[in-house]
Amino acid sequence: MAIDSRPENWLARIRVWPRRLWHLGRVSEAEGFYRHRAVVRLTHWINALCILFLLGSGLNIFNAHPRLYWGMTGTDADRPFFSLGAVDSATGPKGFTQIGAWEFDTTGVLGWSMADGQFQPRGWPEWLTIPGFQSLADARHWHFLFAWILVFNGLAYLVYSLWSRHLQKDIWPSRADLAAIPRSVLDHIKLKHPIGDAARRYNVLQKLAYLGVIFLIALMVLTGLTMSPGFNAIFPWLLDLFGGRQSARSLHFISAALILLFVIVHLVEVLLAGPINEIRSMLNGWYRIPQDRKDGE
Amino acid sequence: MAKMKDITRRVAILGGLGGAGYLIVKSDSLTLGSGFQNVARAVEDWTMTAQRGLMGDRLAREYSASDISPFFKPNGTYDPGTDEYKAHEAQNFANWRLKIFGLVDKPMALSLAELRQLPRRTQITRHDCVEGWSAIGMWTGVPVSLLLKAASLKVNARYAVLRCADNLTGEPAKGGEQSPGQYYESIDLRDAFHPQTIMAYAMNGKPLDVAHGAPLRLRVERQLGYKQAKYVESIEITDSFSGIAGGRGGYWEDRGYEWYAGI
Repeated sequence: MAIDSRPENWLARIRVWPRRLWHLGRVSEAEGFYRHRAVVRLTHWINALCILFLLGSGLNIFNAHPRLYWGMTGTDADRPFFSLGAVDSATGPKGFTQIGAWEFDTTGVLGWSMADGQFQPRGWPEWLTIPGFQSLADARHWHFLFAWILVFNGLAYLVYSLWSRHLQKDIWPSRADLAAIPRSVLDHIKLKHPIGDAARRYNVLQKLAYLGVIFLIALMVLTGLTMSPGFNAIFPWLLDLFGGRQSARSLHFISAALILLFVIVHLVEVLLAGPINEIRSMLNGWYRIPQDRKDGE
Repeated sequence: MAKMKDITRRVAILGGLGGAGYLIVKSDSLTLGSGFQNVARAVEDWTMTAQRGLMGDRLAREYSASDISPFFKPNGTYDPGTDEYKAHEAQNFANWRLKIFGLVDKPMALSLAELRQLPRRTQITRHDCVEGWSAIGMWTGVPVSLLLKAASLKVNARYAVLRCADNLTGEPAKGGEQSPGQYYESIDLRDAFHPQTIMAYAMNGKPLDVAHGAPLRLRVERQLGYKQAKYVESIEITDSFSGIAGGRGGYWEDRGYEWYAGI
């Protein structure tokens, strides 16, 4: 960066910010290239907002019955393969997380945690759910609002990306890409990010991750709809595809967890690859090609 | 070291933005504001329009006898417990009457014996609670369409409002203590005339037990559990439910849940 990053005092520091932001936004043809087109940028941020609200409200909904089963049916009489709950013990109530035959003490975070100023039985804690207070009704409102936005936004993205060949050209891995998977894995382990011309393309793991998250979002929508008794009357075969309504609910939860994993890796990569350059490219489209890591932003 | 400072700055900027976003998203007033509640209602209308446009009069899936759940979780009220209800229970509900009134030409009051004389429908269906669990049961009862045809609806009839014998004060899974109130529910004529919409008097081949809504409950199979009103005493035909209880068409609807519970 050409701008002095060591101003003498706070006032000077604040004064340079507008100029600094302006410069951050500018990338010349010589320095970089126009990477993300407007539709991709817009749908990206709408999608991010949707996923944030859907994950948060989904956890609040989950808290109404924090147990997961396989098959068509499942109630308190059935053994879940995953559950959060609270039990009494000699030292007072304890929160637990059960996965298959294992049970972990997660008092304070999962199963039994502080909400609204007092400890109570609660699957996911107050600080993770949307809204924070336990309300199945309100969480469902958030969930369905953003589910609809996610669906329309996702369709807009898919139609545009297929039409503009963004999906085929930039994301679908080529044969050569697939052959380079081992090397790409090694690069990732070494946290080596591409520079120069190689930075104009996504690497193969990146392509597979983006394809994977598109698939997961589609799976979220379908498994979500399979939980709807109204939608079951429309497409009953979805119940069979996912192995029953409770299986669809469990798959909905598992794919949400995988999407969260994607988001975490995605954010870590943005942080490692140069957050200002990466975020700028998703805001105004311009990506500065990193030439040397020491020079990175 | 420049590199370290660089990373610290990145984390600080992103952390600041993230933190601000977190506070906005997590603020209770965002959820409780009337703006959001109105948006939620528009979304509900849109969901109903979309689902109904696609589903027409299609039936909910019916299962086989071997699929029936050994344990069908009762929920909401397990026993109305009032003196009046206990008296009915002691008489095996012989004096229970299902009253049909409102915008009808022929108001009726039917005993269980009379209802059992009418054509019946038996269906093995899945019950999905809004909380997330599901169970399969076999229901036998009189199609609501038969009852409404017999009562002869007036032209301005739009909704069937079902009033129940139980008072509910909320449920832990649905957010704990709620303001107490008489349970009631409503469906519109489109659902009321659906072939699988029945006033059930038997479950799994036996008269309904108290926990599951004795002596009469609604089954409206393409919607969630809270629409399946138990202990039904009357069906009032109306052109709106604005003047009834909280005005949203049901006990849980008055406490924030969707009137259209197809999802």
